[in-house]
Amino acid sequence: MRVLVVEDDPLLLDGLKVGLGLAGVTVDVVSTCADAEAALAANAFDAVVLDRMLPDGSGLDVLKRLRGSGDRTPILLLTALDDTTDRVDGLDAGADDYLGKPFDLDELAARIRSVARRGVGRAAGTLRWRDVTLDPAAMSAIRDGVALSLSRREFSVLAALMERPGAIKSRSDLEDRLYGWQEEVESNAVEVHVHHLRVKLGREAIETVRGLGYRMRDGE
Amino acid sequence: MRSLRVRLFATLIVATGALWLIAAVWIYVGARQEVEHVLDTRLQEAARMVSSLVAAGSLPPKPEAGGPPGLIPEAAGYERQLSCQIWSLDDRLVARSSGAPDEKLSDGGAGFSERVVNGEPWRVYAVQDEAKGIRVLVGDRLGLRERLVTDLIKGLLWPAAFILPLLGVLIWASLGRGLRPLDRITRELSGRDAEDMSSVDAGAAPSEIRPLAAALNGLFGKVERARRHEREVTAFAAHELRTPLAGLKTQAQIAVAAQDPAVRDNALRQVVRAVDRTSRLVTQLLALARLDAGPSNGAVEAVPLGSLIDEVAELCRAAAPDVPVMVDPEIRSMVLAAPRESLMLLLKNLTENALQHSPVGGVVTWRRTAGEDAIDIVDEGLGASEAELPQLTQRFFRGAGSSGAGTGLGLAIAAAAAANCRARIELMNRADRPGLSAQVHFEAGVMSASRQAGMAA
Repeated sequence: MRVLVVEDDPLLLDGLKVGLGLAGVTVDVVSTCADAEAALAANAFDAVVLDRMLPDGSGLDVLKRLRGSGDRTPILLLTALDDTTDRVDGLDAGADDYLGKPFDLDELAARIRSVARRGVGRAAGTLRWRDVTLDPAAMSAIRDGVALSLSRREFSVLAALMERPGAIKSRSDLEDRLYGWQEEVESNAVEVHVHHLRVKLGREAIETVRGLGYRMRDGE
Repeated sequence: MRSLRVRLFATLIVATGALWLIAAVWIYVGARQEVEHVLDTRLQEAARMVSSLVAAGSLPPKPEAGGPPGLIPEAAGYERQLSCQIWSLDDRLVARSSGAPDEKLSDGGAGFSERVVNGEPWRVYAVQDEAKGIRVLVGDRLGLRERLVTDLIKGLLWPAAFILPLLGVLIWASLGRGLRPLDRITRELSGRDAEDMSSVDAGAAPSEIRPLAAALNGLFGKVERARRHEREVTAFAAHELRTPLAGLKTQAQIAVAAQDPAVRDNALRQVVRAVDRTSRLVTQLLALARLDAGPSNGAVEAVPLGSLIDEVAELCRAAAPDVPVMVDPEIRSMVLAAPRESLMLLLKNLTENALQHSPVGGVVTWRRTAGEDAIDIVDEGLGASEAELPQLTQRFFRGAGSSGAGTGLGLAIAAAAAANCRARIELMNRADRPGLSAQVHFEAGVMSASRQAGMAA
């Protein structure tokens, strides 16, 4: 899961990047409204964590402009202004959730997972494909009652494919999900992760669609 | 009497009553004179008339000596009030009117006289007719005259006695009506909760009450503005405190959760930084609150600028150990008349700000501003955009080029402290090279050269 965090406080920004990373989220960070809008225009994110008070304006304006342009990316407002009226304003401006500072890191991660899965039209907290169950909260994978041992990146690739089994994910889609901007992407990283997943789930599980990408094999 | 209504009412009633009484006394005196005059004239006329009738022989028949006195026929209306006696000059009663007493009404000669007859005071006019040998006396009772005047006054006072209470009711009601807007405003205000600062509706209130309503509304407006400002500052302060707290908590949770020792150590280092930042922010918020509390921040004293700047530079050294703070020798010898604590806050925050924005290897310099009652501090940072310059002293404002480590309060504190030191801050970009120049302009009389200037130099 790839999330954009818009926050101007360097310590909190660092904490969110590392902390959400521990929860299996790929985090990109920006500190201003302008950077946030540029990032959102250039990349697709599963969710955005948006601070309200930013050095060059209000996060609420970013939110309104984004919703005004038809963007449906799930957005969680993260802010110190947490009067009821502030919450109401934020939610009515198009935010999907609202969390006041200071917050609990685990709760923030859970809320991000929640708005992200709602964003793709899914309600259940776990992902299912055939006999494989993925729990993004615990970052655990179970197949037929047996726990699978997956690395963080393998888990992310599998989760991306299982979100909509049958839909094709291109290599660059998957790379985007796995790596933030600052991270160096090895040219064949996705192939390596898919290879490892096939070893653990069986060759048939992930189908290569030549020239387009990968998908979970349809049917039972 | 605290009540305006009661006071007005009493004043009006007493004034009206007094006016009425004075009028009554005035009329009494006037009427009395008039009545006296009119009745005296009547006595005179009546006496002359009787005398002329007697002279003409119409009445009475000449009485024999010792016979009973004849009766003078009565003219209607005179019966009660006027009495007439005709006496011969040798003191025999020749005739009298029917209501007249037998006793002689007057002993004197012709003209007016007063006398008590049968216990009643009489006023009598006498006419003497030497030719006929008679004296005609016409008199009336003074008591009757008195009653006439009294009746007149009574006629005047009776309506007053009825009208005064009626007037009282009218005055009371109209006062109540006039003061009703005041009651309405009072009720409206007392029924309000403390949050409600909306304007009082003066409505159709009389012009005496409108200024009060306008003044109240003005006050409400001021209080509301002050409160809004306070709320904004509080909201900002909450944001500024909650954000580092959120960072602190997040880093602490990472330290707890991280498996990797490197990640954990880094998180713990960040925790320490976050605590430092938060405590600095709290210190600055407290300083600002103290400055806001009032200008009475310590007594004005003569502070030697050189030693104060050295002290400040020492305090700020930790912020940027590599950036030296230079001090122009010319200002070392200056003395400032200002509250020491405020002056310290002013210089410290300006120095801190300059150090924070200095690149490694840069220099921060305190100088005497040429040709002005001012000193300035210049750094070798990037300066600020012209659009941002006026905003730099706003609370929690951070420029686009800020490191994010500042609290956004330093220059706001400096500006507030400057006001306490009878000074103002002017921020501008350096003309000679990139960097910010912060000038502190002192009012006349604050800044002076030390008496020991020669020794210090």
